[in-house]
Amino acid sequence: MLNLLYGPFLYIAVAVFVIGMIVRVVLYINGLSQKLDRIAYKPKMGIGLKGAFHSIIKWMIPGGTRAWRINPFMTAVFFMFHIGMVLLPFFLLQHAVVIEYMFGISLPALPGALADILSVVALLGFFGLVYRRFAVPAAKALTTKQDWLVLALAGLPLITGIMFRFSTSGYEFWEFAHILTAEIFLIAAPFTKLSHIVLFFMTRAQIGMDYAIKRGGQNRGPAFPW
Amino acid sequence: MPEGIFCKRAPLTTEEEVKHLLSDKGGKQYYAEMENLEVDVDMLRKDLEETCKSRTRTWLEVCAHCGMCAESCFLYTANNNDPKQIPSYKIQHTLGELIRRKGNVDTKFMIHCMDVAWSQCTTCNRCSMYCPYGIDTGVMMSYLRGLLFKQGFVPWELKIGSGMHRVYGAQMDVTSEDFVDTCEWMVEENEEQWPGLEIPIDKEDADIMYVINAREVKHYPNDLAEAAILFHIAGENWTMPSVGWDSTSLTMYAGDWEGCKMNVERIYDAVKRLRPKTIVATECGHAFRATTIEGPYWAGLESGEAPVRFMHYVEWVAEALKSGKLKIDPEKRIKTPITLQDSCNYIRNYGLSEATRTIMSYIATDFHEMENNREHNYCCGGGGGFNGIGRYRTERNIGLKPKLQQIQATGCNLVVAPCHNCWDAIRDMKEVYEEEAKDLEWSFIKPLLLQMVIVPDHLKPQEDAE
Ligand code: HEM
Ligand code: SF4
Ligand code: SF4
Ligand code: SF4
Repeated sequence: MLNLLYGPFLYIAVAVFVIGMIVRVVLYINGLSQKLDRIAYKPKMGIGLKGAFHSIIKWMIPGGTRAWRINPFMTAVFFMFHIGMVLLPFFLLQHAVVIEYMFGISLPALPGALADILSVVALLGFFGLVYRRFAVPAAKALTTKQDWLVLALAGLPLITGIMFRFSTSGYEFWEFAHILTAEIFLIAAPFTKLSHIVLFFMTRAQIGMDYAIKRGGQNRGPAFPW
Repeated sequence: MPEGIFCKRAPLTTEEEVKHLLSDKGGKQYYAEMENLEVDVDMLRKDLEETCKSRTRTWLEVCAHCGMCAESCFLYTANNNDPKQIPSYKIQHTLGELIRRKGNVDTKFMIHCMDVAWSQCTTCNRCSMYCPYGIDTGVMMSYLRGLLFKQGFVPWELKIGSGMHRVYGAQMDVTSEDFVDTCEWMVEENEEQWPGLEIPIDKEDADIMYVINAREVKHYPNDLAEAAILFHIAGENWTMPSVGWDSTSLTMYAGDWEGCKMNVERIYDAVKRLRPKTIVATECGHAFRATTIEGPYWAGLESGEAPVRFMHYVEWVAEALKSGKLKIDPEKRIKTPITLQDSCNYIRNYGLSEATRTIMSYIATDFHEMENNREHNYCCGGGGGFNGIGRYRTERNIGLKPKLQQIQATGCNLVVAPCHNCWDAIRDMKEVYEEEAKDLEWSFIKPLLLQMVIVPDHLKPQEDAE
């Protein structure tokens, strides 16, 4: 079973993820329309791209925007979780080994201690995100079953991975569970809100272009004061 | 019963129709009939397929339900953090639901959408600044309004407003003749004090073509006179078009996109006819948005730019002050504490915050910012048509509270509001919250300037002329 999970299933999962995400991006861009969105994307591409860039970068910096600054708890747990979740899949030594073996791409690996810290911090961040959904009234009111599903899809590979790494016995089970949940994550991502892994960059670029091209870029410059 | 005698799907296109609907005072019967207005499900589904594309669908789909947008919306805080007022909630339970059901909804649902789209959102766009994905609920609400308008689910006043624009070329029943007469009247009223004062109509190749809000003609003709006097003092070569002089767009509030196009083309045609170098548009927020920000797209201009430079009145004033066309008597500057209302339509959505601050630096010595200012400012509480809809008066009055608190927190009793809608909202605050707001004063920029501008000698009346 483990062989299957490491073999064909992993290839399939990665393929679904990569192709799915590319399709999502292509469909997104194709669906933008100067006429319907009322934004001169093409004629004003120059200032638009500057606005897009700024709109993405500012939101990727903790405290980079007003919304991050006035929501310190959210900011903390969001970045704790996301930094780990973005770096670990590629740069954890064990992952880099698998990636090199299966895809022939060699990636630098994080020092083991740092990787351990990142994963524990991510786990704390994850619990923070879960806690918010109970404790912050607005988040609680909005939360649907799907949000829990997405949290589970993202959280399980993390939790099982940590168990695999730190458990002294029964690690075969955790290894199995980790790979299985990770593959489910990869396959589900393009079809759920996890598509935000790429669509985040699309929606942020789009709103950045909107404000830069049409809603004041000519007066305040491409950088909107997010 | 598909359509009633007042509540029909189609927009109003004749004077008769407008007068007929006006005769249903307050829209009592109109709303009663709406309860039976059928939804054209096929048309709705087709509209969604053809006009709802990746931007909107992705916004609705990726929303993490994180709630970061909640506090950004003044209607959420004004309503004691009611979860039903979270931007994400409002749009997911209206447009989101419409899309999930592919337009297969009933009349009751459409009326619910109408109530949300016009009484729970002023399309101020503030929430777009606080969402990690940049989801702009205001943009989506405006889109939703368009779908609703086409099906006939639109507040009575805005149905009439859209009809007025289509019939009179203005948001009120003011004809071209009424307008020109009012201009002449204002000149007559003031020419004794201002010899040589004119409001040149349809002058070709002027430097400035000035466009206004119809209510200045109908209810506040003095505003028109003040504008004329200030252009006169500044020595501008200006004009106003006899057709295409109203830059407002209740059609935009109503979601009447066809009407929006007609409106803005009326103005762009005047530009073609008179060939002015620039347009100056009066102290109105939504009119500027309709003609300058959204207008070029409605008119189908590829560049996304208006045919000539459109300036909001605050830009003209700021430039006139900087260039010395208008000079201020330092003695007469406002010395009491004064604050400023940033209009969403041309501050958040057009970046003119420097212009208004330049003006404040010339006219006041004790200027105080509101706590959330410039792009981050809150809606006045009455935007997007909210001020004018009787059905939602209670909701609007609640919506005024955050702005009142914001003003009071500055410690100022005087607030400059260079936007008709904001101006109205602040006026209404005084009425609704009599006690709290009893010392509140509010003003456009024009009257303040006139109190302190230096009048060149040659423009003064010659008292002892032979
Ligand atoms: C560079 C890549 C990514 C960016 C820019 C990004 C951005 C975001 C944003 C803006 C949100 C919404 C705010 C929130 O609810 O916390 C979010 C939520 C979320 N993201 Fe990501 N993300 C990325 C990658 C990932 C990855 C790789 C995962 C999972 C492994 C992930 C899992 C989640 C989850 C589970 C949520 C929902 C959190 C909640 O319930 O509050 N994201 N992400
Ligand atoms: S802030 Fe954005 S992602 Fe979060 S709930 Fe509001 S609209 Fe959705
Ligand atoms: S656009 Fe303004 S009023 Fe509408 S939901 Fe967003 S913040 Fe609230
Ligand atoms: S009325 Fe004024 S403050 Fe309110 S939405 Fe319009 S411009 Fe903004």
